[in-house]
Amino acid sequence: MNILGITIAPYIINIVIILLKIAVVIAIGLLHVAYATYFERKVIGHMQVRLGPREVGPHGLLQPIADGIKLFFKEDIIPANADKPLFYLAPVIFMVSALTSLSVIPFFDGFVIADINIGLLFIFAMSSLGAYGIVMAGWASNSKYSFLGGLRSASQVISYEIAMGLSLVGVMIMAGSLNLTDIVRAQQAYPTGMFAIPQFVGFFVFILAAFAETNRLPFDLPEAESELVAGYFTEYSGFRFALFFLGEYTAMLIMSSIASICFLGGWGLPTFITANLPVFLWKALGLGMFLVKVYAFMFLYYWVRATLPRYRYDQLMAIGWKLLIPLALANIVITGLIKIWIKGML
Amino acid sequence: MCPLENTFETRELTLSMGPQHPATHGVLRLVLDLEGETVIKCTPYVGYLHRGVEKLAENRTYTSALPLTDRLDYISSMNNNVGYVNAVEKLFGIEAPERAKFIRTMVAEMGRISSHIVWLGTHVLDIGATTPFLYAFREREVIMDLFEMLCGARLTVSYPRVGGVRNDVSQEFLDKLYAFVLDFPSKMDDYETLVTENRIWKKRTVGIGVISAEEAVNWGLTGGTLRGSGVNYDVRKHAPYDAYDKVEFDVPLGKNGDCYDRYLVRMGEMRQANRIIKQCIEKIPGGPPVLSDNAPELDMSAEGFRKLTPEMSLEHAYLSFSGGYETLAPEGEVFSSTEAPKGELGFYIVSDGSGRPYRMRVRAPSFVHASAIPRLCVGHFVADVIAVIGTIDIVLGECDR
Amino acid sequence: MPSEYLPILIFLMVATAFGIGALLIGGLLRMKRPYAEKLMPYESGNLPVGEPRYRFSVKFYIVAMLFVVFDVEAIFLYPWAIVFDKIGLYAFIEMVIFIVILLVGYIYAWKKEAFVWD
Repeated sequence: MNILGITIAPYIINIVIILLKIAVVIAIGLLHVAYATYFERKVIGHMQVRLGPREVGPHGLLQPIADGIKLFFKEDIIPANADKPLFYLAPVIFMVSALTSLSVIPFFDGFVIADINIGLLFIFAMSSLGAYGIVMAGWASNSKYSFLGGLRSASQVISYEIAMGLSLVGVMIMAGSLNLTDIVRAQQAYPTGMFAIPQFVGFFVFILAAFAETNRLPFDLPEAESELVAGYFTEYSGFRFALFFLGEYTAMLIMSSIASICFLGGWGLPTFITANLPVFLWKALGLGMFLVKVYAFMFLYYWVRATLPRYRYDQLMAIGWKLLIPLALANIVITGLIKIWIKGML
Repeated sequence: MCPLENTFETRELTLSMGPQHPATHGVLRLVLDLEGETVIKCTPYVGYLHRGVEKLAENRTYTSALPLTDRLDYISSMNNNVGYVNAVEKLFGIEAPERAKFIRTMVAEMGRISSHIVWLGTHVLDIGATTPFLYAFREREVIMDLFEMLCGARLTVSYPRVGGVRNDVSQEFLDKLYAFVLDFPSKMDDYETLVTENRIWKKRTVGIGVISAEEAVNWGLTGGTLRGSGVNYDVRKHAPYDAYDKVEFDVPLGKNGDCYDRYLVRMGEMRQANRIIKQCIEKIPGGPPVLSDNAPELDMSAEGFRKLTPEMSLEHAYLSFSGGYETLAPEGEVFSSTEAPKGELGFYIVSDGSGRPYRMRVRAPSFVHASAIPRLCVGHFVADVIAVIGTIDIVLGECDR
Repeated sequence: MPSEYLPILIFLMVATAFGIGALLIGGLLRMKRPYAEKLMPYESGNLPVGEPRYRFSVKFYIVAMLFVVFDVEAIFLYPWAIVFDKIGLYAFIEMVIFIVILLVGYIYAWKKEAFVWD
């Protein structure tokens, strides 16, 4: 290509486009995370007969930005005897692994940073990496509360990862792909438009596992405030704490996106809309659909947080191992059977 | 690193929980020995909030020692005041007028509701549910406002007086209270919908911190903590003071003595307290709210301060509180106990015939209950320790005194 | 196609640069006033007793081991699920046998109380 008389190799243009896309996704992603906290505080506030943030900006709309600025300039306390390299790195690993998952999420038809054929697997891999951040934080802090929180979290995350992985196998059987765009398209072709209806067992298992994976109530044991004070990030302050926070909310966003994409139809629209409207319009409409579903799932997170008490550690593990895994396995077998029956292969 | 020969010893983790911990309800400190997540030893340490209330009382007149009792169980200062003035009245051999008795019963039950509401909110918050906490504080606010209307103070009320109460209740106050009483059961239903039949809540509390009836008695537990084990002991029923013999109420009892039963008992108590307040408002007799002969005459209500008469001057007020007018007490000793929200609150007062107590000792239920924490916690998980602390409902102001 | 993964690599680098960069820039701007009490690890307002990195329950290892078994199972299920349409009944029966074998191990672990925490 030739711009202003300078020849630019196509791969450089490619990289520039990729960088632009990434900048857009990270910027918008972080803004969403910031406003997810505002959304949460408002929703829970109103559920608890109070108003939530109101002071900074109209209706407290600038509160997340004020919080960010505060955390950015806060003192960064590193406890004595802490394992410094690990202590430094843990929040970065946690945040980066959560954020990188955004690169495979299709926000609307055709917009995805990396359209890889193992998108779902990549997200699982990244969320496993996030567990390293947690364990490292718990270990490096040299505090008992952090350590207990780190251990709890590690075993919780890996236990529920199995349940989550198995809960999505049913979706994979129905869609025949691990690529998230293909999964959405498969749902468009499907009569009900979403897999949540035939895969209701898988969806149920997925919801529980998603709550546990992101350490939210009723499974927020690693950071159980009343027992372990703040769990693995007890010793973290300032911007390192903010990175954990960002990571956690990004993970929630990712989980909500997976729920939206794999079970609720993502940006999929009925064909009579896509056939009759101009392309940019139905793509925008699709993005709107996707975001509505994502925020509906986020709302579920908040709703549950305002309603339920917290499980005990052994009960949490029992639910994961004794209830969700058998359920998910049974779901796989039954999904396979029905699929074979429909295809008339029996 | 530790030497090789020690490497294979099982090591427990010693975890210090409190005094600065979100779930120890004040400044209780528990040192937990953990094996994995199981508590194998639990040692409570108290005294972080010791102010020497009992000793301070020895240097004050009987009237001016009253505000000290506010600071015992600061969640339910009204009940402490009632307990104290009952003990002093017993020492003096006087009895408050009927109207005062009804008022005291009424405000004591209001104190019980406000105390139990704080218990409910914090207990449920510790287990992880945030919403009932804010619901509970909404109702507590109403009671606080009523207290403010009654005597100008919200938390440390010092409203009852030896020989009566400080000032009479107004009709406006009674009306507002009655409106609250009619409304409160529906609010209770709100809490119960969120909590009582919640499966997670039951999983966290049923079978946790079990104590049998016999053991509970031997540990000296009282109040809701004892009644959760099924022991029917309530000072209000067994040795009625104030107007408790003139109102009808039931004593809710548990069966299993676990956290869930204690929870149910306290929830039942709130409904009964509501019932008592309602009866008090309906049955309240006329007459003076204070014995004018025996009690220091002081109108300390907001209006009283504004129109000081010559005979009731600021000087008069100062003297009677600083001990200028000492009412001499008969020699002797008394023990009198009342049913405070936390359990049986006893005051033991020794008098040497002067105007000040020779010795005042407080039998604080929280202190006794704190001693039972190890018994209830050992063998459970760390998370259950939180449930147990919440369920026995201790206040460290009373425990450490 | 490795080129599909290039955006992910770039994304990873951008995200890491964001995290570390923000920390470094912030490190220049924010104040630092450490003192001994502030740097003490949190232990509810007390001096920490003993070493925090204690030997923890063997249960955590058991979870890790079970995780390996079941996660590998899940990984085996993924390719099977994707080509499910093409391979049909035979593969389905094969996979059911695979799941049953795992189920035996699962029941064994259950009976051995690997899922009980005490």
